[in-house]
Amino acid sequence: RAVPGWRVGGPRGTGTWNELSHVDCLRCSRLCFVFIFSSWDETHFGKMGSYYINRTFFFDVHPPLGKMLIGLAGYLSGYDGTFPFQKPGDRYEQHNYMGMRGFCAFLGSCLVPFAYLTVLELSKSLPAALLTACILIFDTGCITLSQYILLDPILMFFLMGAVLSMVKCNACADRPFSASWWFWLSLTGVNLAGAMGVKFVGLFVVLLVGLNTIYDLWDLLGNLSLSLVMFGKHLLARVLCLILLPLALYTAVFAVHFTVLNKSGPGDGFFSSAFQSQLIGNNLHNVSIPEHLAYGSVITMKNLRMAGGYLHSHWHLYPEGVGARQQQVTAYLHKDLNNLWIIKKPDSDAADLSDPSSPVEFVRHGDIIRLEHKETSRNLHSHQHEAPLTRKHFQVTGYGINGTGDSNDFWRIEVVGRKPGKLIKVLRSQVRLTHVATGCILGSSGKTLPKWGWEQVEVTCTPYLKDTPNSLWNFEDHINPKLPNISLDVLKPSFAEILLESHMVMIRGNSGLKPKDNEVTSKPWHWPINYQGLRFSGVNETDYRVYLLGNPVVWWLNLFTIGLYLLTAISTAVALKRGVQLSSELKELSRVVLRGGGQIALGWLLHYLPFFMMGRVLYFHHYFPAMLFSSMLTGITWDTLLKFFAGFLSPSTAARRVYGGGILALVLLIMYSFYLFHPLSYGMIGPMASDPSSPMAGLRWMDSWEF
Amino acid sequence: MLGFLKNPVVVTAEINVNLVALTVMGLISRLWGLSYPRAVVFDEVYYGQFVSLYMKRIFFVDDSGPPFGHMLLALGGYLGGFDGNFLWNRIGAEYSMNVPVWSLRLLPALAGALCIPLAYQILVELQFSHCAALGGALLILLENSLITQSRFMLLESILIFFILLAVLSYLKFYNLQRHSSFSASWWVWLLLTGVACSCAVGVKYMGLFTYMLLLAIAGLHFWHMLGNQNLSNVGGGWLFCSYPCLGDLSLKTCSVSLLCHFLARGLALIIIPVAMYLSFFYVHLTLLYRSGPHDQIMTSAFQASLEGGLARITQGQPLEVAYGSQITLRNVLGKPMQCWLHSHTNTYPIRYENGRGSSHQQQVTCYPFKDVNNWWIVKDPGMQQLVVSNPPRPVRHGHIVQLVHGITTRYLNTHDVAAPLSPHSQEVSCYIDYNVSMPAQNLWRVEIVNRETDTDVWKTILSEVRFVHVNTSAVLKLSGASLPEWGYRQLEVVGEKLSKGYHQSMVWNVEEHRYGKSQEQKEREVELHSPTQMDISKNLSFMAKFTELQWKILTLKNEDTEHKYSSSALDWITMDTNIAYWLHPTSGAQIHLLGNVLTWASANVAAVIYVCLSLWYLVRRRRKIYDIPEDAWQLWVSAGEICVGGWAVNYLPFFLMEKTLFLYHYLPALTFQILLIPIVLQHLSDYLCRSLLSKTMFRALIVAWFSSVYLVYCTFSPVTYGEPSLSVAELKDLRWKDSWNILIRKQ
Repeated sequence: RAVPGWRVGGPRGTGTWNELSHVDCLRCSRLCFVFIFSSWDETHFGKMGSYYINRTFFFDVHPPLGKMLIGLAGYLSGYDGTFPFQKPGDRYEQHNYMGMRGFCAFLGSCLVPFAYLTVLELSKSLPAALLTACILIFDTGCITLSQYILLDPILMFFLMGAVLSMVKCNACADRPFSASWWFWLSLTGVNLAGAMGVKFVGLFVVLLVGLNTIYDLWDLLGNLSLSLVMFGKHLLARVLCLILLPLALYTAVFAVHFTVLNKSGPGDGFFSSAFQSQLIGNNLHNVSIPEHLAYGSVITMKNLRMAGGYLHSHWHLYPEGVGARQQQVTAYLHKDLNNLWIIKKPDSDAADLSDPSSPVEFVRHGDIIRLEHKETSRNLHSHQHEAPLTRKHFQVTGYGINGTGDSNDFWRIEVVGRKPGKLIKVLRSQVRLTHVATGCILGSSGKTLPKWGWEQVEVTCTPYLKDTPNSLWNFEDHINPKLPNISLDVLKPSFAEILLESHMVMIRGNSGLKPKDNEVTSKPWHWPINYQGLRFSGVNETDYRVYLLGNPVVWWLNLFTIGLYLLTAISTAVALKRGVQLSSELKELSRVVLRGGGQIALGWLLHYLPFFMMGRVLYFHHYFPAMLFSSMLTGITWDTLLKFFAGFLSPSTAARRVYGGGILALVLLIMYSFYLFHPLSYGMIGPMASDPSSPMAGLRWMDSWEF
Repeated sequence: MLGFLKNPVVVTAEINVNLVALTVMGLISRLWGLSYPRAVVFDEVYYGQFVSLYMKRIFFVDDSGPPFGHMLLALGGYLGGFDGNFLWNRIGAEYSMNVPVWSLRLLPALAGALCIPLAYQILVELQFSHCAALGGALLILLENSLITQSRFMLLESILIFFILLAVLSYLKFYNLQRHSSFSASWWVWLLLTGVACSCAVGVKYMGLFTYMLLLAIAGLHFWHMLGNQNLSNVGGGWLFCSYPCLGDLSLKTCSVSLLCHFLARGLALIIIPVAMYLSFFYVHLTLLYRSGPHDQIMTSAFQASLEGGLARITQGQPLEVAYGSQITLRNVLGKPMQCWLHSHTNTYPIRYENGRGSSHQQQVTCYPFKDVNNWWIVKDPGMQQLVVSNPPRPVRHGHIVQLVHGITTRYLNTHDVAAPLSPHSQEVSCYIDYNVSMPAQNLWRVEIVNRETDTDVWKTILSEVRFVHVNTSAVLKLSGASLPEWGYRQLEVVGEKLSKGYHQSMVWNVEEHRYGKSQEQKEREVELHSPTQMDISKNLSFMAKFTELQWKILTLKNEDTEHKYSSSALDWITMDTNIAYWLHPTSGAQIHLLGNVLTWASANVAAVIYVCLSLWYLVRRRRKIYDIPEDAWQLWVSAGEICVGGWAVNYLPFFLMEKTLFLYHYLPALTFQILLIPIVLQHLSDYLCRSLLSKTMFRALIVAWFSSVYLVYCTFSPVTYGEPSLSVAELKDLRWKDSWNILIRKQ
């Protein structure tokens, strides 16, 4: 994943390609300046779109749907997948990128009507819905984020779609099993699959819908007029539409992903040997290598754990205080020359094997061997020192000079489920290496080493003799000029295995995105206060600069409203609990606040709080799903409060005037602030805001904003 | 007059023999042979050093938790007359004669023993039978892991004691609630809840989980109270809705109004715990007034408040930095170690190992030791002189200065050359003019980060300053990387161009400071070598010290290396792991943290039964089918809130934690889980065993099961108490699970 904050190359000149559409509260609408430069993460996701068009296999930490849609949009609009997307700020030149950007912008603008309809359904109040729509239309952050080839607009589209259809489905609760009920219920499921298929953040909206469904079912269960059979039907319908349907779609997305990407590419090494053999162009595809392992063969060994790496060593030593100060042995996910090892007899030296006339001797199950690292000529070695991270295991090192080591370099090679004396097959044999001196088994713990180990994966020798994939290996490459190459068909992995494996790889990749020491990273508490934005493109005064930052008036209004909502909800709940007699109007208002507002507030919490517990690198744009909920909450809360206070002023005309005036004032305030801040998303040129001559002068209300 | 003599003086004492017997047995099991082994056992090596530091009144920072637990351990040492002279360096080291082992271990053991009557009381307060309560307490009594953990100078038993105390007092309070609100005992138990909670949090942050649980339960109970229409809500005014107010009536019955209830709970459960927590730190900071090994973690201002150390050096320096001041600049971050801005005559190598070039100018680094090369002189760019004028002209926020290295008189400089280890940032050097069209860029703007106004003066120690390069707006920053051999492994200093927001690595403060007097370089060198002499004292307020210390405790991270006996949270439920605490140097006697296997398994079964039964009842009740009477259901639920809730809050969060975890972290959760066993058993026998025959059989089963618990306890007691020593064969027999690490000496 590209790290934003990379030095931006600095686009020169200004791009002025624009496309204007009309502003309308109800229809999707978005002003859309598009520059001719790629910006920020576009390099990342645009590139992946290209991979789909070129059918090259790649690896990413997110599920594939978002990138697939981008690729599809590019394909349909005639993009040929040749733009390299190397660094932010590169010119697109003649490449046809408008389709991809237009697609993302379209999905981004769909958020407005979705939010509008959701709020309308929840509050039954047009002004509330208009206020929400207005907030989303005039938020600079939402605009900026939807303008580029990013996953976020796609994610937010599905997310809002799921919320809208859930709310619509709830509205149909009085006529269950009607056509519209089925339609909205299954649409919820489809959108859930979409959200999950774009980013794992979609899990939060799944949670939201799940909680809502449980609440619903609990309600139905308490309804004694409903027979258990009917309840069973309700349950089954939901299982079908909200669990089975999304699962099927989600799986289908992966099926398409693996079918489309059938060529070898940069992501191969992350996957198992069996998987790689599926990819055209990979060295394991229709592989032709010597089948049986012999002494003198040059091999690579891959750990059988999901997302396990190749046995690897390099010139660097373990640092002081971490076991013996010998050469590091790790597991490495990428293909690399340092993954090559030579199989030798324990006693033989290098000379007699290089002799071409000596007969080939095969390695057999139960043999004692020595593994020599090809690049550094050190032997795979273990001894009774603690392993660097898994302290209960023994350390594995590279030891000896030019193949001469000691008796701790001897390993017994055994194949799982084979009799002694049998030959060992490349790729297909699952092999266990037992250390002769200590009796421990070579394995990879799956833990990432700190900086001194180049963040590769720890390799240990485990004294617990259990057959887990952690301690099993297979031979992947095999080079031996003395043996004939035979074409092999490797065991084809089933689709379920591929699916599971790709998820393990993604989860591993995600947890590997840790912030580096002393790096200034975005913190979750920064987000709602709009503390700091993200530079999308351009740094210097002469550049065309786009800065992702929410419209501060909108965001601070949202923040303030969350507090306001809490107060309102608590006082309403307490009043109801105390048995206060409310008029029917007030009852309706309290229902909107507690039920409708509650759902939205829960959505906000679910999309915001989990980030506090995440160890990975976080960015400002992670808050935008939560911001959508927060905006809807703002619409509902202000509408309710204005209605409530207008209700105090009993004469109906005055009441209406106060209510209408309040909503209008908010809308005008938001529009005016948008007028002030619109250059943030449509691009700024000229001096920085700290300079009084800049068009943004005086608008840098917080020191942490960088425009 | 003497009327009172007409009636006999009667003292009625009610003694719960169960309780007394349990307490006595608990004391025996926990205190028996307490000073054996007379050697450092496991984490005593860790807590012991803090006890020693308390005895010597030396300041320390422990990132593992707040100081109350350490203070209690130190109290034991104080009562035993410990002088703090013991080198805590190795597990298994023999204690010297001056260490009062018995009294050091006494408090944790007492706390562990008192957990048993507390468990009994809790079950009684949950309205379960005395028989069930007795059973629960006995299970705690016979739990080997709790015994091991209580018998040494460790904090878990104290933590569990306070947690159970908090739960018990809340239950007592809640049961009094119905009949006698605002009575004296009501107040006592309510306040005790808050106090016990704060003590638990003060011992270990884990206590926070139980505190939160109790707050949630109290909130829930209060919510139910809100629905009680018999209670007034003080004049109706505090609810915004126009509830028909009860006017004068509410004034009379204020003692039972909702507001009073709310305020009483707020006082006891929030304000008092916070105050107590602050007071722990107050005592901690009052006791420890001498400077010590952890000084460098703290800011200069904090260090200056400790006796000895930095305070001795900085006493009486001039406060305001002026043009011509000689200063040392300390990086505020203090990570990876404290260091001062430094330069020396060596230059950057022309080419680095990876082939990139440098400016070949004089190195600027951050150096973790006091050194004469750490001195810099603040110079006014418009003037030549390097001395402080009379009167001194103070440097203010936003002023532009040059920084001159004292010994080499070169100017601090940065330019568009990649830094040696962080190629994204600019190199910082002391400028040497090679005449290669690379002009000096040595103007820096002083930005005081913690200023109150924009005209603030740059103050010694107190001001946190950023240096912004005027030409490139790069910020002087400690990158955290350490330079290779050519840079003597000192830390790299860079100019950060993309300075996003505030980060402590970009902030510096003046530590040593004096007004420069000598214009000549030779004299100045002599001046730089001489120690600072003037004197002013600085005092930080308690709150400032507290905030800083608290922040350091929360953010300080020790390197996460896995321990040999560390385990993952999942291993705990089935006890797939153990911890070897101590091994006799010659005989095979050893102490392990190893639980009573049968109890652990039964507790798991009880939890599963509880959850399944509750779900079953819940769904059936929703369909208006009532299997058990309403009050039995209420008891069942409230017991679950405490026991299952206590288990969950003390266990599940560990799955989200990234720190090194040990089996003993599970003990608080385990205690709650064990309490669940008698609850489930009594429920089963009361409601599911309908016939007399099945009841009798059930009882027989329970007796059989209880005796096997006792047998398991006896089997493992040699490794719980470390006596008697076992033979190799016996030890091998004890290894019931392959993953247990029982130490067997090779012959």
